[in-house]
Amino acid sequence: MEILEIFLTASFWTAAIRIASPLILATMGELICERAGVLNLGIEGIMVAGAFVGWFGAYIGMGLWGGVLLACFVGMLLGLLHASMTVSLGLSQHVVGLGITLLATSLTYYAYRVALPEVTSPPKIEAFQPISIAILAYIPILGPALAEQTPLTYLAISTVLITSFVLYRTPLGLALRAVGENPFSVAAQGLSVLGLRVGAVVVGSGLMALGGAFLTLSAFDSFFFGMVNGRGWVCIALVVFGAWKPHKAFLGAILFAAFDAFQIRLQQSSIGAEIPYQIFLMMPYFLSITALVVISRKAEVPAALMAPFYKGER
Amino acid sequence: MGEVVLRLEGITKNFGALKANENVSLNLAKGEVIALLGENGAGKTTLMNILFGQYTADSGRVEVFGKTLQPGMPRAALDAGVGMVHQHFTLAHNLSVIENVILGTGSLWSWKLRNKQARQQLLELANRYHLKINPDAKVSTLSVGERQRVEIIKALFRQAKILILDEPTAVLTPQETEALFKTLKEATEQGLSVIFISHKLREVMIIAQKVAILRHGKIVATKETKETSANELAALMVGNPTSPPAVVKRKSGPVVMEFLNVSTETQHHSKGLKNVSMRLCSGEIVGLAGVSGNGQTSIANLFAGLITPSEGELYLDGKPIERWSPRQSVLRGIARIPEDRHHAGTVADFSLTENSIIERYRDQPFAHHGWVNWQAAASFTKELIKQYDVRCPGPNTRIRLLSGGNMQKLILGRVLQNNPRVILAHQPSRGLDIGAVHYVHKQLLEARQKGAAIILISEDLDEILQLSDIIYVSSEGRLSPAFQRGKVTPSQLGGWMSGASFAEQETMHAS
Repeated sequence: MEILEIFLTASFWTAAIRIASPLILATMGELICERAGVLNLGIEGIMVAGAFVGWFGAYIGMGLWGGVLLACFVGMLLGLLHASMTVSLGLSQHVVGLGITLLATSLTYYAYRVALPEVTSPPKIEAFQPISIAILAYIPILGPALAEQTPLTYLAISTVLITSFVLYRTPLGLALRAVGENPFSVAAQGLSVLGLRVGAVVVGSGLMALGGAFLTLSAFDSFFFGMVNGRGWVCIALVVFGAWKPHKAFLGAILFAAFDAFQIRLQQSSIGAEIPYQIFLMMPYFLSITALVVISRKAEVPAALMAPFYKGER
Repeated sequence: MGEVVLRLEGITKNFGALKANENVSLNLAKGEVIALLGENGAGKTTLMNILFGQYTADSGRVEVFGKTLQPGMPRAALDAGVGMVHQHFTLAHNLSVIENVILGTGSLWSWKLRNKQARQQLLELANRYHLKINPDAKVSTLSVGERQRVEIIKALFRQAKILILDEPTAVLTPQETEALFKTLKEATEQGLSVIFISHKLREVMIIAQKVAILRHGKIVATKETKETSANELAALMVGNPTSPPAVVKRKSGPVVMEFLNVSTETQHHSKGLKNVSMRLCSGEIVGLAGVSGNGQTSIANLFAGLITPSEGELYLDGKPIERWSPRQSVLRGIARIPEDRHHAGTVADFSLTENSIIERYRDQPFAHHGWVNWQAAASFTKELIKQYDVRCPGPNTRIRLLSGGNMQKLILGRVLQNNPRVILAHQPSRGLDIGAVHYVHKQLLEARQKGAAIILISEDLDEILQLSDIIYVSSEGRLSPAFQRGKVTPSQLGGWMSGASFAEQETMHAS
């Protein structure tokens, strides 16, 4: 019964939504890229860069929102690099993506060392504080958990709504969905396949960097190595889990985060004393993989995902 | 004829050493249908892709309604009123009909999809041209004929005044083709001009007022359909006209391959077989007729080693076949000409050389101690190109750049070069022009002369009747009795194709 009680506490859901926030942002970013037909494996590195740049912006006095904007900008730059190689030149999306991840990660650590050569313990900033939006508390079950979050969490949730709206309700979204399915359909209607794909990768990468920045500006208050810790890869799985649909990917992120929040609490319970803690750490991944296998088997993959488009060739 | 709406002037386009178009000029008048006739690889599609801005011509210009079109920009062509229905449709399957139609028609930077007005407009168009379509159906659920209707509506929705149709009937059933022609007729009466790309003479004679014949990238003649005949057009198209190869009488040899009471499971796209028996003799062409989807694919897959019988036995030279697989089928000398040359017959991004040895890359002489002997492969390929007249820039060309006919020639050469004992020819002339069809038939008949046992699977009854020594009909996975050449009429075969004769046979047995 102890275990069930965990699910009933508001603090558990507050934590779950907090843990989900960076995942939501980066997952939406990846989803936009993949909907346009580009697999962006640079996500992990872009999140690392976003985490550092966001924190650094705040640290040098640009303010928290300055840090957010700076992170987004750097993410978009890395996205542009990715797109210029994968979309314009049609290079392998796997190789370029992993390359960007390695490059962005190492470059970030290098920049950190250059900027702060003397420090031993990571300096802290004044991070985003929860703002309470009382009206949200009236929403059943999740209400109380939603009412006490930082601004970046609200930003993450609105990203889902905006992505959903753009994809399904605007001409731009229509073109994006088409270009990931059959670029010839877009080219034959006189639209630029290149333009759409580059745009999607740039914007998507900006969102990934915001996901990284959430970690340093909202979840914690400093930057340290290894803090992204595979979250980028989780987001790639979440896109598949969500069958390339924003609302489903959002639910996937919440589910994963809930597992994570649950295992932390389980470790502190009486059961936790008897089982090695690594088992608990493994749980969210294990459960996510299981859910992935069960749910995503019938998903409709964008047909042109990872297929480069060359003009005047079929 | 009315005003000239489209003028092509001196269009030239080279792909490497290949002259795809050479100094092509063409005029199209309002309300007119011009057919662009030519063999595969004659440069028809290239020319239209230049007109539509998907390729940029090396020289020459395109003029629409008196204004020169900016080259290399589909958008410019669309805005000028040119609509194109590509041979391979350009639809996004995950979207609905209406979404495909409005894609790219307005600004991208709007907060609203113009679904409502668009739907009204689409339904009006559909009504006016009798194009029946459900605007909310997902494209992935539509039949090929319906998808083509969507493509035409897409062009009309954009107020196309000039419609280019690239091999529009290649994928249609006879009924769908008739419906398309009716639509085109109505549309041209209302002022639409059409360029109809085809290599089917009969259709060209029906639909077009004028025919431009393209050969080796050049326009060799332009004729009014009223003043010409199908025979004359055929001669112009091919250059040196070919006639169907003569079938020489030949005595059949011993039985090479035999199916005895074979049944297979129904899979994915192939209807399972029910208790099928057939025999193939040396020096004999066995024709298998039938409406597609009635078990032909299963029979082809059995020959190719892709499936094994769930019941019954296959015999080769009187011995039952064990451990049947595609590899075994190759090793035992079965030549396979698959139905779909683009997917099953070749690897699109491999070179001609790689495709030539793809069945035998690990056998002598192409492999030596586990290494590929590229020299042997290259000389083999050059031999094929020469002997089978494969038109291509060279053996290192990626095979996707070849036309269907040339691709088929390479496949034919690849399998015939070993003097195979059994030949599986599955729709060997589908999508080919007359010259290439005659060529394929000639090669099959020569192989028959040399003693090969050939199974010819085709939906074209004329082809079956012309070439086969023995004819079977498949329907619902069952097989009709064997008919000798000349001892059966097309209408009799039709009875078996529709399944009616099977029912009669059963009642006869029952009584």
